[in-house]
Formats: sequence, structure tokens, C-alpha cells
Amino acid sequence: MLEVKNLHASVEGTEILRGIDLKVNAGEVHAIMGPNGSGKSTLAQVIAGHEAYDVTQGEILYEGEDLLELSPEERAQAGVFLAFQYPVEIPGVNSAYFMRAALNELRKARGQEELDALDFLTLAREKLSLVEMDESFINRSVNEGFSGGEKKRHEIFQMAVLEPRLAVMDETDSGLDIDALRIVAKGVNSLHSEDRAVVVVTHYQRLLDYIVPDFVHVLLNGKIVKSGGKELAHKLEEKGYDWIRQEHKTVTA
Amino acid sequence: MPQNQDKSSYLSVFREFESGLNGQSQNPVHGLRTSAIKQFESLGFPTTRDEDWIHTNVAPLTKLTFGRPSETDIEDLASPVPDLGCPTLVFVNGKFSANRSSALDTLPEGVTATSLREAIDSGNKQIIGHLAQHARYDTNTFTALNTAFIDDGALIHVPVGKIVETPIHLLFISSGTQTISHPRVLLVAEDNAQVTVIETYVGTGNYFTNSVTELVAGDNTVVDHYKLGLEDAEAYHIAAMQTCQGANSNVSTHSVSLGGLLVRNEVNAKLAGEGCEATVNGFYLLEENQHLDNHTLIEHAQPNCTSHELYKGILGGSSQGVFRGKIHVHKIAQKTDAFQTNQNLLVSENANANAKPQLEIYADDVKCSHGVTIGQLDEDAIFYLRARGIGKENARNLLVHAFANDIINRVKVDPIRKHLEGLVMNKFGNLAKTALDS
Repeated sequence: MLEVKNLHASVEGTEILRGIDLKVNAGEVHAIMGPNGSGKSTLAQVIAGHEAYDVTQGEILYEGEDLLELSPEERAQAGVFLAFQYPVEIPGVNSAYFMRAALNELRKARGQEELDALDFLTLAREKLSLVEMDESFINRSVNEGFSGGEKKRHEIFQMAVLEPRLAVMDETDSGLDIDALRIVAKGVNSLHSEDRAVVVVTHYQRLLDYIVPDFVHVLLNGKIVKSGGKELAHKLEEKGYDWIRQEHKTVTA
Repeated sequence: MPQNQDKSSYLSVFREFESGLNGQSQNPVHGLRTSAIKQFESLGFPTTRDEDWIHTNVAPLTKLTFGRPSETDIEDLASPVPDLGCPTLVFVNGKFSANRSSALDTLPEGVTATSLREAIDSGNKQIIGHLAQHARYDTNTFTALNTAFIDDGALIHVPVGKIVETPIHLLFISSGTQTISHPRVLLVAEDNAQVTVIETYVGTGNYFTNSVTELVAGDNTVVDHYKLGLEDAEAYHIAAMQTCQGANSNVSTHSVSLGGLLVRNEVNAKLAGEGCEATVNGFYLLEENQHLDNHTLIEHAQPNCTSHELYKGILGGSSQGVFRGKIHVHKIAQKTDAFQTNQNLLVSENANANAKPQLEIYADDVKCSHGVTIGQLDEDAIFYLRARGIGKENARNLLVHAFANDIINRVKVDPIRKHLEGLVMNKFGNLAKTALDS
């Protein structure tokens, strides 16, 4: 589904990603872990199409197509979803309206009928209950005045409405208490199926108790330096990242 | 201060005007005129060295000669007039036009909405008591000029306890090449009354409208006032409005500026009675080389009063927006609660905004705040919307609409709100149409 090949990306001339290789098949859950500044969020943003990042080398294939050729909106329409690490507050834009507009853009791109306000509300109610959010949230301005946990749940709500094929979760767990974490995980797991894939970018192993990854990758200094199964995440939790740094140094030396 | 020499053309037009006032020289209003023209002569036109005019250069008004309009064609208006379906007084080049006016007979008994000229001629009490008693012509040269040329305009008088349910619309239509008019509005709503008044300015040509509005609200009175500036893109518009509020009154004024090449809107709100509330809002949408100066003064002269001020503008092209907002709290005005915000959204590289809030507080137990923002559309918000599948252009439009809605939604008169929504929609696409309703 997703194939990242030798991806190099920089921001304002500083190289952040230095040759990422990653292959994600439909049905799989991948976790990307790494210390702060290792390039995890950059990878997520590049997949979503943020224009602040220049891809200087390499490619990203999504379902066999060149993802980098697509605008952010075309990627979303093709089924790519990024749950933002810092969801943006948009005063004056009502969340229900925003989500209906977004969903209808996706439906139009797929040649489906647009949903009217009533049908959308029915769908929204169902998805809101999944993330245990009150209907009042979607009658408010997007993310405005939401707590950190509410913003993250609101991201999962959006994901549930848009039903992406590839969901990238950018540190969705940071700052969440255990209850919110469970709700977020429940939302992600409910979406998971044989023809969808999830990439979880995280700093901590904690979320991975609830969203169990098939593969864990460690990102250091803009490169994936180690990949393994879910046990790798436990080892990182126990021992931190230093042993990988040591190992990596030895390899590159 | 160096004075501009070019007031001579205004003075000669005044002499022409004065000689045409057959038999009116005995009217007390004429005393006002002559004292105002003297005041104008001594004040002269401001320059950008004047603190109050630092960002607005009125040189075009002094360089061009503006003559008195003759009867003119008013067919091709640059901007359509919102159909408000309410009693309407129409003025053409400053003169009341009875046959274009409508539904004036539907007003409640005792409520006056009439031509100022008529009221002056008949010696109306309100004229004697209020005209030029509120808007200061000793310091403001344009108000002095307007007062010198007082001829026609509107008088609205709502007696004690009268509630006027439908708005009253004053429609000022101007046209011509280098013509000038000085519309004058006097609105007096006595104690326990309620009324909504809308002033609309439209036209075609490079005319100059120099208007003054005085709004007097008695105790416990509610007045909602709207001013729609839809002047021709070539027109000059200078306006001053002065309110005077009695105890426990509630007055709101909404100044909408869309048209005009050079526009100055002065709104001075005086909270002159205890416990009153004032809302002073503004919305502007500028493009090309438009220049708009919103100049406001909220004067808290009595204790326990509240004022809210919100001005929001969208600036495109190489337009310039100026906001100057002063809150003046008198020493006795304890427990004042005053809040002021000015937000500017620049949608083009060459647009620019200048904003200066000013607090002058002499009381020691007050709550006052102000804030200014000048910025472009939030790129993070655009990316967020795009990442959900909404195209770039639509994302930008949605954010512009959201910015404008915040203020448009405060307009209580439905047809005006819809008219404004339509104007924003025309300019910024209609994806966000339903967002306006939600």
C-alpha cells in the first residue's frame, strides 16, 4: 500500500530525513518510534504533503502511484489521513460543517453522491459515540477551546468519518491520560481492517499496548535504524534509545 | 500648523449656497451655518502631520474642486441597494426625494421620519434642541463644513415610549463628476423608545459625500444603527457620527465599508448616562487602491457603563486600512467595562493595515482591554483543511468566510446580513455558503 524508498527531505535547507525505506502492506499496523528530533513527525507531514518540506531524493508510492505528485487534498481524497500532533484551531468554522465539506470532497472524488446535512448528522452521531464525544463538539468551531485530549479524540472522530485507507497517527498519544488513550485506541482499532493500514508515530510504547503493531521501526537521525516486531517496543521502553544509538554507531563506524 | 490653501473653492461654493437660501437667513439654523463656516475657515484641512490624520491624506479633496450637484441621472449605481422592505427616505445628491421614498405612512403614530429641510422650515423642536449640539464642529473641519452646508437630510424623532418595529431606511444616492453633498442625519429617540435606523450610501461617479449623523438616545432607550457604505469605487466619503446616550440605554452602531476610494468613518460614542451599554462594530472589505480610515472614540462619561467595540476587515489589492480606536474613561466613570478589538486580514501582498488602540483612563476601578491583529490567512489552518480533502482555494475561502462571519452574524437585520453574506460570497466563492448559516 505504502512504499517509501530512500526518502530524503529537508526544511529550509536542513536535511531531516536522510534515506527512509519503509513498506506498509494493507492490513498491517506499523509503529515508528524514536527520540525527539529523529524525524518522526517530518515523515508523517511529508506523507500528508506539507509544503514546508522539500523532498530532495527518493520516492513515496501509494497503491503503486507516485504520492509526491499529489496535492495534500488529492492525497486525502485518495484515502490518506494524518491525525495531527497539534490539531489546528479554526475559529468561525463549525466542525460539523467542516467534516461534511471534507467528506463530500472525498465522496465526489470517488464518484459518490454527496451527503446532505441530515445524513451527515446520522453518520456523525455514530462516529462521535465511538470516541465518546458529545454532539455539542461538532457544533463548535474546529478545535477551538478544546482540551488537548478533546483535540486528539476529535482527530479520531474525523478519521472515523473519512474512513481512510492509510491512517498516519502523529503522536496522537502524547499528553493523553489513560482513559483518553483507550478511547483513541478503540477508535483506531475499529477502523482497522484487511484493506486498511495504520502507521503509528509515537514517542512512547504505552499506546502500543492498545494498538498492537505488527512491525516496529526505530527512527534515529532521519533514518530507520532498526525494525522488529512488537517486542522491540517493549525493549525500547525498558532500555531507552541509547543501546540503539551505540549499535548504530558501531554499524556505521 | 501649515494650512492648506485649497479651502477657497469650498468657501466660494458656500457663498453660492448662501445666496440661494432665499428668506432663510432669519432661521436659527442659519446662525449655525455662518458660525460653522467661520470655524471651517479657521481650522482648514488637516494634513498628515495632524495626529488624527497621520495615515490619511485628504489632499485629493483639497486639490479637486467639488461643485454643487444639479439634478442628475441615478440609473447606474455601482453597487446594488439591499431591499429592506421597510419605510425608506431617499435622498438624491443630498436632497430629499419624496417620490422615491416609500412606506413612510406605515410608521407608528407620533413617530417622525422626515426631510430635515422640511423640519428646519417648520421650526421643529428637535432641530432647535439637538441639531449641531452633539457633533463637534469646533474641532472637526469636515463636521464644520457639513454644518455650514446644512440644508437637507433626515430627521427621525421617536417620542417617549414608542417602539418602532420595522427599521427605517435612509438611502443616500449620489452621482456626478466632482460634485459634493453634505447629508445630515438627526436621530432623536426619547426615553423608553426603540428604533432601528439604517443609513445606506450608494452612487456613481467621483463625487464627495461629507455626512454627519447625530444620534440621541434617552433613558432606557434601545437604538440599533447601521451604516452601509456602498459608495462608487471612485467616490470620496467622509463621515462623522456622534451618539449621546442616556441612563440605561443600549445603542449599537455597525459601520460597514465596502465602497469608496477614500473613506473616513468617524464614530464617537458618548455614554452620557449611568448604566448604559454601547456596541460599536465595523466591517470592511477593501480592494484595489481603496483607502479606509475608521476613527472611533468611546467616551465613558458616567459610571457602570459597558462598551464593546469590534472592527474586522479584509484587505485585498493594494488597499489600505487604518483603525484608530480611543477609549476615554472619565474620572467619575467607575466600574466601566470597555472592550475593543480590531482584526485585519490581509489577503494580498500589497494590502496594508495600520491600527492604533488608545486607552485614556482617569477612573481607578475599571475593566478595559484592547487588542489588534494584522495578519494573513493561517497557513497551518489551510494545510489542516487541505489534509482533510478540501482544495486550496476552497480552504482559503472558507477561512475568509469564517473571519467575516464573526462580525456579519452580529447584524440583526436579516436583509442586511444576507446582503453582506452575498457580497462576501461573490468575492470569496461559495463553498462556505452553509457555514454562514450554521
